Amino acid sequence: MKFGIVVNEGPYQHQASDSAYLFCKAAIEKGHEVSRVFFYHDGVNNATKLTEPPQDDRNIVNRWSKLAEEHGVDLVVCVAAALRRGIRDENLAAGFRISGLGQLVEAGIQADRLVTFGD
Amino acid sequence: MSEEGIKKFMFVNRKAPYGTVYALESLEVVLITAAFDQDVSLAFLDDGVYQLKKGQQTKGIETKNFSPTYRALEGYDIEKLYVEKEAMEARGLTEDDLLVDVTVLTRAEMGALMDEQDVLLSF
Amino acid sequence: MLHIINQSPMSSSTLDTCLNVATGGDILLIEDAIYAATAGNAYEAKIKEAMSRFKVYALMPDIEARGLADRVLEGVSTVGYDGFVDLVVANSNCQSWL
Repeated sequence: MKFGIVVNEGPYQHQASDSAYLFCKAAIEKGHEVSRVFFYHDGVNNATKLTEPPQDDRNIVNRWSKLAEEHGVDLVVCVAAALRRGIRDENLAAGFRISGLGQLVEAGIQADRLVTFGD
Repeated sequence: MSEEGIKKFMFVNRKAPYGTVYALESLEVVLITAAFDQDVSLAFLDDGVYQLKKGQQTKGIETKNFSPTYRALEGYDIEKLYVEKEAMEARGLTEDDLLVDVTVLTRAEMGALMDEQDVLLSF
Repeated sequence: MLHIINQSPMSSSTLDTCLNVATGGDILLIEDAIYAATAGNAYEAKIKEAMSRFKVYALMPDIEARGLADRVLEGVSTVGYDGFVDLVVANSNCQSWL
């Protein structure tokens, strides 16, 4: 089955990003496809490569980048939400791309299920 | 799916405007969805009903008043706006307090309508 | 339909609204919503009542993280993230009650 995922909250502040990641990982391990993760609202903060957590903490941003690299997951950051919050191409982590809200709607149309993680 | 390639999208709004950005950014997705020729409906539950309150004046909080956008939805062929009756009443509001025409549904009717959707988005 | 809840019922009306509006189906409690699935909390009676209309699931990693693995209410089924995925697959649509 093909999944689309929406992440509405920033990393470290809220569990939404962790839950979404663990859901994606489990889905892929079960042989499903996660075609796109769409980052919206404060969720766009998952995409900054300037993130530097303490060494004993998980690196949420790198974890997403790795998922994109190893499983071809399309990580899309909403352009309007990103620009409002200072996320731009210059500080975008690997595997992420900035695009429009149409990508969210398209994920809803093309995926078999769209699952939202937020506050 | 109702017709080939057309999905039923429902935007479930449960949050009040201005206190958080969710209502505004949800409305931005609604406008984009209209361009994809999908079957779009909006549901207003709990504090989400406050998004539709007439007479919003945001000058004092130096924030954009986005409530006129709800009136513009009709121009995008988005005409299915549903309000939960019990939520409206619990907030001392009537249909006359709302800035657009809506269909008022009981909780049970709202729940049944949700069951029919392909994609439910909530922010 | 799968209803996903992520807020504690003692601090948010999310679960209440879901129980009032939804016609039935599966409920999955994740993140802070798992507190609703634990014995002895103020919401226990409501969850028990809801079990006649809904099948209630709770995410075990979230329960364990919060130190409540030994207090899961009888009748609540616990699942891991793999079970979460299965629930989304098994239901034709899902709603995250945010």
